[in-house]
Amino acid sequence: MEHDGWSLMDRCCDLCRHSAETPCRNYVSCRIDGPLCHDDKDCKEKRMRRIYEVRNGRGGLKISIGMGSCGLAVGARDVYHAALKYIEEEGLDASVTPVGCMGLCYMEPLLEVHRDGLPSTIYGRVTAESVDDILDTYLSGDIRGAFALRDRAGVARGESEIPLLEDIDFFKYQVRWVTRNCGVVNPESIEDYIVYGGYLGLAKALESTPEDVIETIRKSGLRGRGGAGFPTWLKWSICRRAEGQPKYVVCNADEGDPGAFMNRMLAEADPHRVLEGLIIAAYAIGASYGYIFVRAEKPLMADRLEKAVEDARRYGLLGHDILGSGFSFDVDVVRSAGAFVCGEETAMLAAIEGGRAMPRQRPPYPATYGLFGKPTVINNVETLAHVATIMSDGWEKFTSYGTEKSKGTKVFCITGSATRTGAVEVPIGITVRELVFKVAGGVRKGRRFKAVQIGGPSGGCLPEAMLDLPMDYESLISAGAIMGSGGLIVIDDGSCIVDVARFFTSFTMAESCGKCIPCRIGSKILYDTLTRIIDGEGSEEDLKILEEVGMFMKNASLCALGQTAPNPILSTLRYFRDEYEAHIKEKRCPARVCSKLVNYVIDEGICVRCGLCAKQCPVQAIVRGDDGAYRVDPSICVRCGQCMLVCPREAIVKR
Amino acid sequence: MQHAVKPQVVEDTRFIYEAVEDAVRRYGRSRKALIPILQSIQAKIGYLPRIGLEKVSNHLDIPLSTIYGVATFYHQFILEPPGMHIIQICMGTACYIRGNSDNYRFLLNLLGIESNKRTSKDGLFTVLRVRCLGCCSLAPVIKVDDGVYGRVDFNEIRRIISFYRSKAKTDNPSSG
Repeated sequence: MEHDGWSLMDRCCDLCRHSAETPCRNYVSCRIDGPLCHDDKDCKEKRMRRIYEVRNGRGGLKISIGMGSCGLAVGARDVYHAALKYIEEEGLDASVTPVGCMGLCYMEPLLEVHRDGLPSTIYGRVTAESVDDILDTYLSGDIRGAFALRDRAGVARGESEIPLLEDIDFFKYQVRWVTRNCGVVNPESIEDYIVYGGYLGLAKALESTPEDVIETIRKSGLRGRGGAGFPTWLKWSICRRAEGQPKYVVCNADEGDPGAFMNRMLAEADPHRVLEGLIIAAYAIGASYGYIFVRAEKPLMADRLEKAVEDARRYGLLGHDILGSGFSFDVDVVRSAGAFVCGEETAMLAAIEGGRAMPRQRPPYPATYGLFGKPTVINNVETLAHVATIMSDGWEKFTSYGTEKSKGTKVFCITGSATRTGAVEVPIGITVRELVFKVAGGVRKGRRFKAVQIGGPSGGCLPEAMLDLPMDYESLISAGAIMGSGGLIVIDDGSCIVDVARFFTSFTMAESCGKCIPCRIGSKILYDTLTRIIDGEGSEEDLKILEEVGMFMKNASLCALGQTAPNPILSTLRYFRDEYEAHIKEKRCPARVCSKLVNYVIDEGICVRCGLCAKQCPVQAIVRGDDGAYRVDPSICVRCGQCMLVCPREAIVKR
Repeated sequence: MQHAVKPQVVEDTRFIYEAVEDAVRRYGRSRKALIPILQSIQAKIGYLPRIGLEKVSNHLDIPLSTIYGVATFYHQFILEPPGMHIIQICMGTACYIRGNSDNYRFLLNLLGIESNKRTSKDGLFTVLRVRCLGCCSLAPVIKVDDGVYGRVDFNEIRRIISFYRSKAKTDNPSSG
């Protein structure tokens, strides 16, 4: 954010001595409660004024626009400029702030406006053209047409018709613990983060011993949020005790699961929380250097993390002798060149070292033998954000959420055919049904629920009957899925389960690094077998091949990518065997997706007889009859679908 | 943002060498500098030309075959000159389920790209299939250079392509 001169991060007067070179122990708490080292009414007031401005906007008017990748994809930048223009033209004293994504992707772009005395009001699906109108109406005290309210003032026209954010279905079940700042703070402003309680966790950690920090995380019961659910404290403790210097910490921001974007959301919306968690982890294990490994396809996440690192360094929260504690630590943001397997710990380390990202045999685990052969802890973005939050708010609060074995909250991303798509943070243990039907509102209009795919290409598909399963690590594994990073893809009756299974297999086949045979050859066999079934050439023998090769890959692959690659197939064979059998025995695709098993038909009511399809058809299967109508001859048709693609009227349908 | 400037596709030896020198100066000669160096060269040149990789091999004292191994391993690297605009079509699960595989075929058809090629004959577009751009709730998604387009269908794709085509004509009327 552009400041008019003084920022809360700066010295209030010459009595303050803090700088990156001469760090002050109380720097963080002094920002909000200060000045602590001297008594000065002017200094105090200056701070209070600034905190008020950050929270409520200059002149008590603050306009926040959701500018995560998802918001930007549907025009948030234009909305932002429209809001700036409005403020300028109206000559208003106000702040226009970019904020991260609050998870309400289905309502993007989002605009929130707050004026002192009026309720903080959120508008959804805003366009650049509608900004003037929205702000005019809001400032006149009329909030009709808004999406939700963050608080109530009881004075605005139409206020009773607009629900509070926490009362809408999408938010009702949520606990905003680690995502509390998403959509609230300006991710590019360290000052915003500090005003909302940032870096207090780090300050507390540095006041206690590394052992105490590990103990706090142990008591919280925090488990890795990246997939396997390994206890975070244990990883740290092994690494702390391991011999070898220097030690490293790596933040795994290589979020590659299709359908999962909680790390992108967190790191884009609240990058300092992730960085704070990383610094705390480094302190706990005694690491002197860290890397944040960010996926190439998510450049905004890398940009925001880089900015966070720079700002933290500038104010002495990173670098030599952090906050005068004697602990020194610095971080480099590394942009991955893109390979799904980089999400595997040892493959990621190979990538940072500058080679092909190929996993190696474990043990030894990275905690004892990691980056450049030194003890290394790798934690994922969400895990680190939890670390920072647990340190600042205490482990007791964290353990009040979740189940006996899995504590706390987890961010899930709900996409696919859901009515409301986005990211939600809920206590672990919520049932799949609650997530899919209550939070996400079930499937799109006109469709029927078929399955929900959990955990990406390593996860499995669950049918309607399994929906009362609680979302925790153990329950999901026993059902054949995994928590993974927490992506839920809702599949409706318009999708073919065999086709979806082949989609995931094509993904893992392409992403297999090729080092071990079970994964390299196995994924190819699975893919070819599924293709045979999809093309109507499958036999019952093929189902056995899928199961046998799948189990073989599970048991014999070198890394988790290969071990979990058969999950989508094995789980769908378990719950949707009839769909496989329909393809094999009846040569029929129940969802009419598999092109070789469907017929293309021209709807004469819609067709305008332009003849484009007949021209496009590579095998002349479309001919014009004596009555002038075009028809597809199914005995010649090769089901390439070209006709459907060129038809200007969408008159060609699959039957 | 450092991605905002589109790299110029150049095949001029001097430019390529300069890009290599700049990258080596910035990231050093250690093994772990290799990937950032390749990324930096591609950001300037638009792809990784062989003569550039040979130069990197000399500077870092890493065999060309090893560098080639790294460059072909990662999705980000392109070893042939790409078209003027790079279209990334997301093949993440959500985009796939919401129709991007049809969109992909439609796009190739619209641009007249043959099935074993990635770049259109007029050199305007290179189409790459990518893994999840992380905008799953706006599926299906395509990205043209740095612009992300959510909730696309055939009509939207037609509109996007004609926008870039007419832009190319205005930018460069003689070749239109």
